[in-house]
Amino acid sequence: MSGLQSQDYIRRSASTLTPPSARRHELEVAKLIDVSRCIGCKACQSACMEWNDLRGEVGHFRGSYDNPHDLDPNTWTLMRFTEWENDKGDLEWLIRKDGCMHCEDPGCLKACPAPGAIVQYANGIVDFNSDACIGCGYCVKGCPFDIPRVNPTDHKSYKCTLCSDRVSVGLEPACVKSCPTGAIMFGSKSDMKAWAGERVAELKSRGFANAGLYDPAGVGGTHVMYVLHHADKPSIYAGLPNHPAISPFVELWKGGVKPLAVAGIALAAIAGFFHSVVAGPNEVQPEDEARGRRLVDREDDAR
Amino acid sequence: MIYPEGTVLRYATVTRVNHWITAICFVLLTLSGLSMFHPIFFFLSALFGGGQWTRAVHPWIGIVLALSYAGLVYQFWRDNFWTPDDTAWVRKFDLILVNEEEGVPEVGQFNAGQKFVFWAMALLIPVLLFTGLVIWEVYFSAFTPLVVQRIAVLLHSLAAIAAILVWIVHVYAGIWVRGSMQAMTRGYVTPGWAWRHHRKWLRGLTGARSPGPTSRPEGVP
Repeated sequence: MSGLQSQDYIRRSASTLTPPSARRHELEVAKLIDVSRCIGCKACQSACMEWNDLRGEVGHFRGSYDNPHDLDPNTWTLMRFTEWENDKGDLEWLIRKDGCMHCEDPGCLKACPAPGAIVQYANGIVDFNSDACIGCGYCVKGCPFDIPRVNPTDHKSYKCTLCSDRVSVGLEPACVKSCPTGAIMFGSKSDMKAWAGERVAELKSRGFANAGLYDPAGVGGTHVMYVLHHADKPSIYAGLPNHPAISPFVELWKGGVKPLAVAGIALAAIAGFFHSVVAGPNEVQPEDEARGRRLVDREDDAR
Repeated sequence: MIYPEGTVLRYATVTRVNHWITAICFVLLTLSGLSMFHPIFFFLSALFGGGQWTRAVHPWIGIVLALSYAGLVYQFWRDNFWTPDDTAWVRKFDLILVNEEEGVPEVGQFNAGQKFVFWAMALLIPVLLFTGLVIWEVYFSAFTPLVVQRIAVLLHSLAAIAAILVWIVHVYAGIWVRGSMQAMTRGYVTPGWAWRHHRKWLRGLTGARSPGPTSRPEGVP
């Protein structure tokens, strides 16, 4: 979402200066997805398409309820269905609404080379300003959750905005509004954590001893959280990372190499300049010319 | 091109054209690559028509550079084998740095510094090419897993920085050693330049009656 100035940035991609951030007293928001209450109706997927005006290509059936089978530039949220056999040998149908997790420490934003193409607002929402996006796909490499998708037609990267346009005017995200079971809730992050606590307690009382909240510390926490009945093994939910973190390769690239390389290049250029000042140019002397001439002339005479 | 009488042919026309295609590509790649590497250089993307154009054009220039450098490797690889003289030359580098070349081993076609630049680029450019293909989002992003792309983008930036540092050394040496730039722009050097910097090469040319000292257009025996 761009256009309306927000002045509440806490992070801005590829920026060495402080972004406009005077208006930053808003609450941190969070979306809580209670996987244990989800019935897999895909109303959230439809609402996302409807509100954001997205229409994906009609794909092909691949033997699963996942439809489409993956996130794409026109699919910002996706129900992922997993048939999982528990310890007792019973089938559990795990349905997870996948999409941007709105990390507190967003890997996409860290990797992005285009100033202002990715921003994080004071409420925690991580948003793509598509006008500034250059289509390099670095955000895809930066993301620990494999969420952003670059549109091959307009070469812009897309993902869930957490309906930043709706949230900025006091509405809940479209998926939240459409959920018929209350599996998707939205509010301040502290409220959502309190509510998640109640849900986890209830799940535990029903025998899900490992129920818990998914708010992974490796990315500083997220502004989209899950209540999982099996929080001890998130990966059974269609590959939700157990310990998500920005890849060390990305951290090294953007954390260490970036500033050191610029310093190295500057030093090399400065060293060259000062070598020139100290030692001066290496010039051919008249005696070199005479002796070189003599060698060449000797040869000419031989011809 | 007509080479003035009494000069020594150093780089034939095809070599110079090959070199300058490589050089132009390298400069363009450095400008566009740095603009996508650090925000303080992002303004350079304006030279290419904006961020989207920079992202789109950078890999194609890279392809041209890789092909062009392959041409330089083809022309020069034999002349760049490391010899014991090169090691001895490097040992005298403190003298060379202060422009005292007496007592330094006589140099053939290329000195150890030039050979270093040649082999460094011969190593770095293939690394840049292959890691660049991996992270070429438009065409190749679907062919490798994300972890491979993350490693590739890191290697690409490390190799690029190394190549830029080598390039700074290369360009500075061309400025520092007066008369070198002319060898690449005009193709010829003076006998004095050859005597001072590449004496063994000059002796070889004059001894073998190869197209060294000449007043004739190149190619004419």
